[in-house]
Amino acid sequence: MPMINLIWVFMAGFGIVFAMFNGTMEEVNEAVFQGAQEAVTLCIGLISVLVFWLGLMNIARHSGLLDTFAKGFRPIVQRLFPEVPANHPAMGYILSNMMANMFGLGNAATPFGIKAMEELKALNGGRPSASRSMITFLVINTSSLTIIPTTVLAIRMNYDSISPAEIVLPTMIATFCSTTGGILIDRYIYYRKHRNGVK
Amino acid sequence: MGIISTVSLWIIPLIIFIILMHGTWKKVPTYECFVEGGKEGIKIAISIIPFLVGMLVSISIFRASGALDFIVNLLRPALAWIGVPAEIVPLAIIRPISGTAALGMTSDLIATFGPDSFIGRLASVLQGSTDTTLYILTVYFGAVGIKKMGDALKIGLLADIVGIVASILIVSFFFGR
Repeated sequence: MPMINLIWVFMAGFGIVFAMFNGTMEEVNEAVFQGAQEAVTLCIGLISVLVFWLGLMNIARHSGLLDTFAKGFRPIVQRLFPEVPANHPAMGYILSNMMANMFGLGNAATPFGIKAMEELKALNGGRPSASRSMITFLVINTSSLTIIPTTVLAIRMNYDSISPAEIVLPTMIATFCSTTGGILIDRYIYYRKHRNGVK
Repeated sequence: MGIISTVSLWIIPLIIFIILMHGTWKKVPTYECFVEGGKEGIKIAISIIPFLVGMLVSISIFRASGALDFIVNLLRPALAWIGVPAEIVPLAIIRPISGTAALGMTSDLIATFGPDSFIGRLASVLQGSTDTTLYILTVYFGAVGIKKMGDALKIGLLADIVGIVASILIVSFFFGR
């Protein structure tokens, strides 16, 4: 059984059992509806961003700007995604997602990321299971690519830091470590499985 | 700092400008194209709702029941023993699970210990250097209908651990403890 099911059931199941002994049933009741509400609010909030950026990207795709842009960075990204053909539209979306992440445009990154996933799924024959490229792409996203952590900078300024931006370089290095670590772990697991003949 | 904020202020309008100009130059029916692409956005946003509702309800129960605090307290001594400051442990555990909760905790830590303290700096770097693994997994795989996610979750969480360890080492190295 995939791990996500276990984690999902564990959080809710253990939480409810814990509430029985902890006397927090009331809070749990509230949390159920608040959680659901928060999720819907989040998705509704995403509509504006998704519509805007996907609309704009559709222009960029038709005008060929996305391809031109992808060409420049192809050598680097090709190495990370060896299964993606050089001229495939997935390349453009992967790159746009990475760029948006780097510049801290988190809400622009999501639409590109979803589009990239869609293309990667098509490349994988539309199967409902994650391909190697999809996992690599996901890991790059979860380990963050931020160069300038704008939200954190804003919080630091808010609390009168003497030097709000002093954490930019350390954050960049830490980001580099977690992303590189993620890619290496991804590669290691893939090749280990491959050697054992499990695919 | 001045340059950074100017750049981040200009970047989105500039991207919009370049895309629109290039589209017009290449004789793309820009407005129609925009609308066509935008329609897809609505579909995607709606299709993610069940995935996020499921995930966020489970996380909310976990937090509200006190189970999360319980586990954090359970892990605290072990993590403190390998050099993770006790104050940072809840944030390190929350970061991959819930973005909003992590952001709240970061600003709370910065408010309590000060932005220029070891804890404040560490919280800042930690917040910036990893992302909400569970959210990204839910949204990206949910939107395109991936049911078997392979090792994605495991690798994502391991990368988060690398990020946490790296943050602690780097902040200690840059600013001392």
